[in-house]
This record gives sequence, structure tokens and C-alpha cells, in this order.
Amino acid sequence: MKAATLLRAGLVVLLLTLVLRPELATPLLAPLAPPDGPVIYERASLLSLSLSHLGLVALSSLAATAVAVTLAVLVTRPFGAAFRPLARTVTNLGQTFPPVAVLALAVPVMGFGAGPTLVALFLYGLLPIFENAMAGLTALPPATLDAARGMGFSRWRQLRRVEIPLALPVILAGVRLSVVIALGTATIGSTVAARTLGEVIIAGLLTSNTAYVVQGGLVVGLFAVLIHDALVQLERRLTRR
Amino acid sequence: MIEIDGITKRYGDTTAVDAVSMTAQTGTITAIVGTSGSGKTTLLRMINRLVEPSKGEVRINGTPTSAIKPHLLRRRIGYAIQGHGLFPHHSVARNIGAVPQLLGWSPDKIRARVDELLDLFSMAPDEFRDRYPSDLSGGQQQRVGVARALASRPDLLLMDEPFGALDPIIRARAQDDLRRIQRALGSTIMLVTHDMEEAIRLADRIAVMDAGKLVQHGPPADIIATPATPFVAEMVGEADRPLRLLSLIPVTEIAEDGAADGPPLPADATLRDALSACLWTGRSALPVVGASPAHVTLDAIRARVGGHG
Repeated sequence: MKAATLLRAGLVVLLLTLVLRPELATPLLAPLAPPDGPVIYERASLLSLSLSHLGLVALSSLAATAVAVTLAVLVTRPFGAAFRPLARTVTNLGQTFPPVAVLALAVPVMGFGAGPTLVALFLYGLLPIFENAMAGLTALPPATLDAARGMGFSRWRQLRRVEIPLALPVILAGVRLSVVIALGTATIGSTVAARTLGEVIIAGLLTSNTAYVVQGGLVVGLFAVLIHDALVQLERRLTRR
Repeated sequence: MIEIDGITKRYGDTTAVDAVSMTAQTGTITAIVGTSGSGKTTLLRMINRLVEPSKGEVRINGTPTSAIKPHLLRRRIGYAIQGHGLFPHHSVARNIGAVPQLLGWSPDKIRARVDELLDLFSMAPDEFRDRYPSDLSGGQQQRVGVARALASRPDLLLMDEPFGALDPIIRARAQDDLRRIQRALGSTIMLVTHDMEEAIRLADRIAVMDAGKLVQHGPPADIIATPATPFVAEMVGEADRPLRLLSLIPVTEIAEDGAADGPPLPADATLRDALSACLWTGRSALPVVGASPAHVTLDAIRARVGGHG
């Protein structure tokens, strides 16, 4: 427990340093930079790239959660059962279609910028949340549901007070999975001019500057690890009962 | 008073419950007994409209159940099931207070009612109120399940195999508790069970279901003494008949004045207990605890239940 707290604090400090004071990392990254080339990415502030990156992930994950959970709730109701295979197919398709292909197809329609990235992340994030919400909502203890109905809970109340709370741990695990995937996938948004941390990585790849690549990759990786950890903590807290 | 009037449930070509009519008086326990697939659970679930009847009507104190919206109807009818069905994410107090909360009772009134019920079920409120179902033993969970069903003082309590998941010792205790609490509160209970022993122990009236039909409905003594069909006789069990009948009769009914030797029987013992004690200790008369010296004899027991066939 103590070791975990220390490790967590260390990672947070490392991440904050890389984002707010990247120049402090110069000695570390200098060996990776080309001779006489720049070591630290300076065309944009890493803070603003991080915020924009996280903003895209948050927005797309929120939308994906809202749509996937609503869909899962609808198809687990008696009147929606017939649409279950259709919903599965649609969300599966979202996952099967590579985000790069979605970007390529969305640019002609939406233009360059954040739009296509949001669409790609949204579609890519649907499946884990939907499948987990389905699993959570269909595996509830039958006696508890029967008792709730027999006691006079309306369908809506039963959903809100019994089904969602009991399925919450499994739903949240799906959201966490989806958020972490989106954090990594968002980097490719920079190929269509969305402002993400992928910009640093791509700049590094284009100029054969490994220092840039490592810098960008490290920041994205640290965000993913720390956000994953934070969501696990949140799940534990919310589902202690 | 609960009136079940020609109630029928059909699923396609099969008839799960076939034109069942019966009446249960207020303040009594009716046990619906039958084998699996006899339609007893379907019959019970039609009373609170968890299953909609194909035909017929149920009236509770004169009001047809079809006149009330199902979820509002169910708030007036207690419901306890096998495996208790408690909400695992709610405390004991919140579980018991669920229906009062649906009915809009004030928090103070709910809290008082929860404590009252916990006391009634011999569970110290201070100790159990804030626990979660997973912290309780099977017997305690089951008691909370029944307490929850009684919380809003319902007109009627429906129980579907409520003790089915308990071991025999805890089950016997739970049955005694239910009988005691039912007498104290004057509740009207309809209980489904496949266990004739349980039905005889608890019920004022027994309704035997066979293949969707009600084959016999009457006091336990009648069901035991004069089974209407071979199926009812089989449910009662031929070899167990005299013992079951004895278990219905208190010793006080045939106790005579005068003393007898050996350890006495408690005043609330049944003739079955008396017979068992006679056989085990080899005595032909037993003293009975009471104000004046009284005893019960083996001959009197034989005379009371003998003479059949």
C-alpha cells in the first residue's frame, strides 16, 4: 500500500515535470536527439497539447458512455430484446473499423481538426462499454429483481435503484477500458491536425528525432497509467457496497 | 378477506392454473401445497399480478386486483421469496424500509418501524440496522426478507418457499417465528410450499394443487384424515398420517387430572411430543406442566387418533 502510494506520487511528479517544465528533462533526452538537433519540443506548449488531448478523450468517452449505456439499458428491457443482435453488430462494427480509416473517411466530410478525431474515438470506445454494460445488466441476481418487482418498484425505479447500482462495477470497468484505449488512440488525431500529444510523436518521427518520440510517448503513457489507476480507485470507492 | 374466483392461467395450449377458487379469511395462514409444476407458484404470482391471469378475478377485501395499477397493488401486498432477494447494495434498515419509502412514509416513521420489526425478529436494531445482507447468516437474511415484506403492514403477505434455502434446524425456528409474529400482528398470509410438514406446522388452511387444479382445501386435520384424492394422500404420506395428526393436537386437549411419574412435558407440547416421550422412556403416562397436577396417558393418545379405517 505504502509502496503503491510512493510509486503513484513519483509518477505524478514525473508527469508534471514533463508537461510543465519539459526543459528539465533535457539531460535525460539529449542522448536520443540527433547531433545539434533540438531536444525538447517547443513548437507548442506541452500543457496546452495535454489539455486538448485530455479534452478530446473526455468528450468522446462521455458521449460513448452515454450512448453505449443507454443502448445496453434499452436492449435489456423486454421491449428492446429484439434489437439486441442489431446493437451488438453496430457496436462491433465501431470497434472493427480502424480509427485511422475513420479519420480518413471523416476528413472529407468534416474537414481537418478535432471533429474527425472525436468521431473515431467515439466509435472505437463504444464496444467495451456496451459489452460490459450488457454483461452487468444481464447477470443480476434474479431473486433480487423478482423481489423488487414483487414489492412494487416501477420498471424505471427498479432500473435506477437496483439494476444500475448493481451493474455499476462492471459498467465502470468498461468505461475505464475505453478511456485508456482512447488516450492512446487520440495520438493519431494529430495526423489530421487535431491538437493532441501525438503532434510531438509525429514531429519526432518526421525529423528522425527520437527525443521527441520518447517525450510524447512518455507523457501519453503516464497519463494512461495514472488515469487508469484513478478510475480503479473511483470504482473501488463507488462499489464498496 | 382474500377471494380467488375462478382464476386460470394458460400458456399456449398448456393450462398452468385451471379455474381455481378459494377464500382466505383475514388473519389466517393458507398454505398452497403441491409438487413442482403443479401451478402453485403461478397461482400465488397471479394474486399480486406478477403473472396476469387469463381468466378469473382476485378480490382483496372486496376490491378486485385488476382495479389497481400492478405496481401500486404490489406495494399493498407483502412479498417474500426463497433466497430472500434482499438488495445487496442496501443496508438492513434500507432493505426493510424499501416499501414504506415507496409509500412516502417520513424517515422517522420508517426508522421506528424498522427497529420495531428487528426487535420482533429478535435481531438487536443497534447491531443489525446498518449491516449489509452479505454480513448476515442465511437465517438472518431470511428474517430480514420476511421483515421487509411485513414493513408496510400489508393487507396480505405472499410467501413463495420462504424457508426453502434454510437448513432444517434454522427452518424450524423460522417457522415458529413466523407463526408467533403472524399471531401477534394478525397478518393474512398465503404461503407456497412443497413441504407438507411445513404446511401442517404453519397453516390454518391447506390448499393442495395438482396439475393446475385445486384438489382439496381445508384445515390440516381434514387434509390428513380424509384426503380427497390419492395424490393428496400421497402428499400427506400414509405412514406419517397418525404422527402428523398428533402434531396438530396440544396435550392440554386430552390431559386428565392427577399426577404421573418422571420428567414433565411443557404445557405447549403436542400429542406427537407426548407419544415420542412415552415410547422413548417406556412410560404409559406423562405429567404435564400446569397450575394443577395433570397427566396424559398412552391410552388417551391412542383413543384420540385411532379408529380410522
